[in-house]
Amino acid sequence: MANNNQETAPIVKSDLIIALSEKVSLPFKDVEMAVNQILDCMSTALSNGLRIEIRSFGSFRLNYCPPRRAHNPKTGEKVATIDKYRPHFKPGKELRERVNTAFLEDTEVEEVV
Amino acid sequence: MSSLTKALIAEHLFNTLGLNMREAKELVELFFEETRTVLESGRNVKLSGFGNFVLRDKKQRPGRNPKTGEEIPIDARRVVTFRAGQKLKLRVEKHVGKEIENANREQEEV
Repeated sequence: MANNNQETAPIVKSDLIIALSEKVSLPFKDVEMAVNQILDCMSTALSNGLRIEIRSFGSFRLNYCPPRRAHNPKTGEKVATIDKYRPHFKPGKELRERVNTAFLEDTEVEEVV
Repeated sequence: MSSLTKALIAEHLFNTLGLNMREAKELVELFFEETRTVLESGRNVKLSGFGNFVLRDKKQRPGRNPKTGEEIPIDARRVVTFRAGQKLKLRVEKHVGKEIENANREQEEV
């Protein structure tokens, strides 16, 4: 890695596409379109109320949020919010374990040093 | 069972992009594996239009076995959370909202 000082910076979609295109023998454009299609497919599924289950990654489903009796903090005026659904992600076992194992190994190294 | 799986996503790539089934499956698999690897390395993943996978470090906290009431500390750990992007939130709210409206209307008509 060239930018070692940025090793904790977030990865964005274009970084992911570059990394993937180095691993497959497909043109960059195809990988780019595929990643966009994967995400679009997932968004469409969720907006149709469908669950997403990716083994060893995690699952996405919709959580129901009941209407609340909210009020505008400035005016004190009462506002009724309608009920809605929001996306929820539950990490799968492999993802959970890999992320946490790496974290624990890192903290152990720090303690030794 | 109505849920989206890797196989169905691969089928979608096969249908929309004209990739062969082997390439489509490989790409879907690699996409999730790459995301896992990045998260494992301690970096967040931001997918514009969809959402962000955000790592959170949890401190050790006291817990207890709900059955026995015995106190056991819950170790410090790192977890993955997902924050849906505005675009996805709106799509989900809007569409499912529409279905609810329709269902309510049908009920009223009956």
